[in-house]
Amino acid sequence: MTGLMRVAAHLALACAALPSMAETADDVADLRAELQALKSEYASRVGSLEARIGQLESAPAPVTAQTAQPPPSTAAGSRSAPSAFNPAISLIFAGKYTDTSQDPETWRIAGFMPSGGEVGPGERSFNLGESELVVTANVDPYFSATMIAAITGEDEIEVEEAFFRTLALPLGFTAKGGRFFSSLGYLNEVHAHAWDFADQPLVYQAFLGNQMAQDGVQLKWLAPTDLFVEIGAEIGNGQAFPGTRRNRNGFNGTALFAHVGGDLGASTSWRAGASLLELRAEDRTFEDVNEIEEPVLNSFTGKSRTLGVDAILKWTPSGNVTRQQLKVQGEYMRRKEVGQLTFDAEGLALSDTYRSEQSGWYLQSVFQFQPRWRVGLRYDSLDSGSPSIALVDDGVLPPEAFPLLLDADPDRISLMLDWSPSEFSRLRAQYAWDDARADGQRDRQFRLQYIYGIGAHGAHKY
Amino acid sequence: MRHLVYGLFAILILLAGEPARAAIRILATTADWGALASELGGDRVNVYTATSALQDVHRVDAKPSLVARARTADLLILNGAELEIGWLPVLVQESANGRIQPGTAGYFEVTAQLSLLEVPSRLDRSMGDIHPQGNPHVQLNPHNIAIVAKALTARLSTLDPGGAEYYAQRGRDFDSRWQQAISRWESRAAPLKGVPVVVMHRDQVYLVQWLGLKEVAAIEPKPGVPPSAGHLSQLVSKLSAAPPRLIMRNAYNDPKAANWLSERVHAPVVLLPFSVGGTPEAKDLFGLFDDTVNRLLAVIQ
Repeated sequence: MTGLMRVAAHLALACAALPSMAETADDVADLRAELQALKSEYASRVGSLEARIGQLESAPAPVTAQTAQPPPSTAAGSRSAPSAFNPAISLIFAGKYTDTSQDPETWRIAGFMPSGGEVGPGERSFNLGESELVVTANVDPYFSATMIAAITGEDEIEVEEAFFRTLALPLGFTAKGGRFFSSLGYLNEVHAHAWDFADQPLVYQAFLGNQMAQDGVQLKWLAPTDLFVEIGAEIGNGQAFPGTRRNRNGFNGTALFAHVGGDLGASTSWRAGASLLELRAEDRTFEDVNEIEEPVLNSFTGKSRTLGVDAILKWTPSGNVTRQQLKVQGEYMRRKEVGQLTFDAEGLALSDTYRSEQSGWYLQSVFQFQPRWRVGLRYDSLDSGSPSIALVDDGVLPPEAFPLLLDADPDRISLMLDWSPSEFSRLRAQYAWDDARADGQRDRQFRLQYIYGIGAHGAHKY
Repeated sequence: MRHLVYGLFAILILLAGEPARAAIRILATTADWGALASELGGDRVNVYTATSALQDVHRVDAKPSLVARARTADLLILNGAELEIGWLPVLVQESANGRIQPGTAGYFEVTAQLSLLEVPSRLDRSMGDIHPQGNPHVQLNPHNIAIVAKALTARLSTLDPGGAEYYAQRGRDFDSRWQQAISRWESRAAPLKGVPVVVMHRDQVYLVQWLGLKEVAAIEPKPGVPPSAGHLSQLVSKLSAAPPRLIMRNAYNDPKAANWLSERVHAPVVLLPFSVGGTPEAKDLFGLFDDTVNRLLAVIQ
């Protein structure tokens, strides 16, 4: 910088001297020589600075002194500020572009009472998905606490999970309390950013309203064996589909689950499980249309019991997850509901007994064929069964009074390709042929999705 | 079905008592620390290694079999410095095992015993897979292993006071054999000083530093970021002027990029075990360094 100023000063002097024309040729030559010297000095300084910048940029990161001595015993205590106790925080960004051949507003699964929840293909065009905020830390030597809040594209904040968990119960027990995704099935506990497809399987959408979380407590026990054996029980307020919140003491909603798992050689691992969910629903309403296509609000009150089995197998050559992996997973659920069905709850309010037995399953496979790239294929199938609706069987109402409850076998095929440049980013394209709609129209759904994670490095379950 | 599940639940609770065990059950995250635990613990320990030398230890599934092992472990030996950040926290949490929670005697973090190289002064994920506490791949400097061995011996005695004498004796024995081996490796590896090499990832830094090799380039532009075609062709033009003597590749690395570069800069690829079990010769810690030095010397001579 000083070199530049000196050049400028000399130039100014030279300019000032021009009009006089009294300088001798020698003076001009001297000035020229000095200017030249300054120029070359300046050029060499710039050159050396550029070289240093280049060196710094190519070096990976500044390194500390190299010693093989053990660090002082207080190595962990260098940060004394209270912020050292801040919890681990991470934030997930997700968004989609959706293109559907049918109107997503009228999407309903044929043969099933709508589950509420954020099911279906979602809105068309660009949509900000849920941004997930994860905050977690140990509370003390006995408990840890985790909160996962979803900030929706509609500017709402939802508490997806907020729970405490024990750290050191004896004999392999873990207790958890608060609001949490039930451990039933395989996918129920998996958060949206870790799904292998842009949406949940139909069986989750129809039977659990995407994912089942209730406020309650869970006790889980892990067996002290080399074979992974885990069993657990949950009780809660049963507020989530297929249950409803009831104004009663005690609890509504029991989930039982058992998982076993292990390895088959160095490259293959597996887990299988069974679960049972029992809930009561009170005035669980759903929208339908009557026989003359007018919207009506119907409701169900009664018991709901869902039985599920799940299995997953991962094949990873030499266990090297970075290079190749093949995952095959499937789940089956069967639900019995017994109670009262009310037609047009806000008007006619006709009510009589209802009984249904419905089932559904999916099978999917995701193959990471080379680092960072995965393809996946999923098949969904549901069977609505033939519910016995006394109002219809007794001839009070025609079957068309409940268009959503007419027999149906919805299914869907989904194909996805995703690319994960790092552990923290993923871009996905998904195409689905959806034959689940109650109006019988095939919906062709195309989605592009991004998922980014910042903040604390997350760790994922199996 | 419902009664069956309830019944199963009741039976398993009755069986929940811990089975009697003689040996200390150790779960080590990598083959090297598992091998060290076996050297030091002898018959008094039962070691299970969570990963093999063919795996990238940064990316591992928290498999059910590992959760089951973590459940019954008395001692967890982890590399630390966030090497296992993507899976070990889940494993420790799911293990329902109070003995191996962070801060307990059953949680032994190797890198907490050492000074690490390449502690970044600036943390930003745009720089790739950097580790805030420093480069975690410490096992390829045998002096580090000697330090860890002393700390681990002390930890084993804490967990199993009845065996304190046994561990101390084994520790002394290991240390004297190890120090002899280090002098042998260092004298044999003298010709490697200053030899220009290309590394795959920044996980060979401790080896490069120990042997005094000269790292002229890394195939990964940033830690954990696979090389692009552009980066590789830049490397070729950079290295053509001053070709390296060899390209180092770890057993778990994809060989493609190293082989591609090898053909263009006319330097051989040397496959290194990186961890115990990475090559047939690297059966234990001594074999790991014997084989590493042998393979490097074979190219130089």
